[in-house]
Amino acid sequence: MSDISLVDLCVVACSEAFRDNGEIVATGVGPVPRLAAGLAKLTHTPELMMTDGEAYLVEQPVPLGPRAYDARKPAGYLPFSRFFDSAVWSGRRHAMVTPTQLDRFGQINLSYMGGSYDKPKTQMLGVRGFPGNTIYHPNSFFFPAHGPRVFVPQVDMISGVGYNPAKRIAGGNFSGVDLRRIVTNLCVMDFGGPDHRIRVISLHPGVTFEDVQAATGFELCRADELAETRLPTAEELAVIASLDPHNIRASVIKDNPPAKRAAA
Amino acid sequence: MSAAEIVAQLSDGMTIGIGGWGPRRKPMALVREILRSDLKDLTVVAYGGADVGMLCAAGKVKKLVFAFVSLDAIPLEPWFRKARESGVLEVLELDEGMFQWGLKAAAFGLPFLPTRVGLGTDLAELGRLKTVQSPYADGETLIAMPALKLDAALIHVNRSDWRGNVQVFGPDVYYDEWFAKAAARTYVSCEELVDRMEDHYPESAQANLFERCFVSGVVEMPCGAHPSSMPPHYGWDMKAFKAYADAARDPGEWGAVADRFVAASEAAYLQSIGGKEAVAALALPIF
Repeated sequence: MSDISLVDLCVVACSEAFRDNGEIVATGVGPVPRLAAGLAKLTHTPELMMTDGEAYLVEQPVPLGPRAYDARKPAGYLPFSRFFDSAVWSGRRHAMVTPTQLDRFGQINLSYMGGSYDKPKTQMLGVRGFPGNTIYHPNSFFFPAHGPRVFVPQVDMISGVGYNPAKRIAGGNFSGVDLRRIVTNLCVMDFGGPDHRIRVISLHPGVTFEDVQAATGFELCRADELAETRLPTAEELAVIASLDPHNIRASVIKDNPPAKRAAA
Repeated sequence: MSAAEIVAQLSDGMTIGIGGWGPRRKPMALVREILRSDLKDLTVVAYGGADVGMLCAAGKVKKLVFAFVSLDAIPLEPWFRKARESGVLEVLELDEGMFQWGLKAAAFGLPFLPTRVGLGTDLAELGRLKTVQSPYADGETLIAMPALKLDAALIHVNRSDWRGNVQVFGPDVYYDEWFAKAAARTYVSCEELVDRMEDHYPESAQANLFERCFVSGVVEMPCGAHPSSMPPHYGWDMKAFKAYADAARDPGEWGAVADRFVAASEAAYLQSIGGKEAVAALALPIF
């Protein structure tokens, strides 16, 4: 297993989030989530729908990186101009994204850090579609560098809905809030703890629960049976390689380490 | 009309919607014309890219209504960041879906449209958005997304005739239709102007994204989306975006670089970027 990379293990762990999701749009933003959605479609969950990243639905996931403009083969059409009607507000989507911060309630931030709404210390992208995504359809997350600046007790600006009871407005319908998986360079987590608390469900080879807890800015739950994250199969590795012919994924995790962490 | 005549119809303090999406199909020639004018104190409503960044950098913007401002491959728009971090902008930050919902409310002449989006986040509180309760048995509490009424909208299209019969191509039309309908007046720049659409491209009438009653003025501006993308004519100019983004760090003063990114006239601008041939050679982006 020494030649299996951690990033490939993460792609496989992320792809598990899309298993048996049915006929919905699987959106992976960034190289690892996108490879994960493609891997899911080409292996265990072929009924998934996805776009070419621009406007067309494709049945053959589009590889990462430079290629011919017309290499994609559209099977359907889902431009931004129909996205809210068809995919987001209908709940027919599962997105996997990488926000700047995520807190103990699963609330996420990609708007600004520090300062105030009127004068942020660090302006980021803006909330984009996160408020709508998180109240209407399932969401999962991938973080290539698990650390206390990402996993914070409380995000600076709540850009996506989590399980914070203080943010539940009376009479509001929060039944669509469905946070599924968090995959990082250290472990896989879900929201299966008491009151949807974040829970570690598997550790990547060579990582301990204590390592994960030390890199997290809030207290984590521990699954009763804490598994080791499984390694990719030869078939999965071949599919990943075919979807990433330029090996863009090699630059996602610092130093592109092997799947098994070296002993400290 | 000329671009200058269009801008002359705008006035200080107006709320202006700008079509396109991030670095895609922005009416940049009209934005540059605003940058050459004395217009000020604008409220800008946009799925923002360099249009927002430039107007902010030049101090034209009093208030910004946005869901993001980004150049895609350059995720964080540096001039927009600078303006935000200096605290000079009033803002209303919205979810992308709420944003188009607000345009639709304006288009239909409604004060608001209800939505679940925004509940459970900081948007409502920070943006002072109010809630409404469903009058039916469900009694659901929803956010009342206020109408985003525009005094004017600026949109760049592939073709138009002088009456305002537009044709829009490319893989995605974003929410340009709703900008047009949310606005009291919509001004359209186009890659190609024809006298009567029916005499030239009747076979493409289904590309008529919005009807001509929503168009108040038309100007022909070939390459008018540069440096943003305009499929199928040309892709975005990432080199130009990079130079523009780098200038936010060094020298970091818009006044010192405005001439490079705006120029004294559109003809001079086109010449400075290598002319129409250089723009036509920009490859369409691959995602």
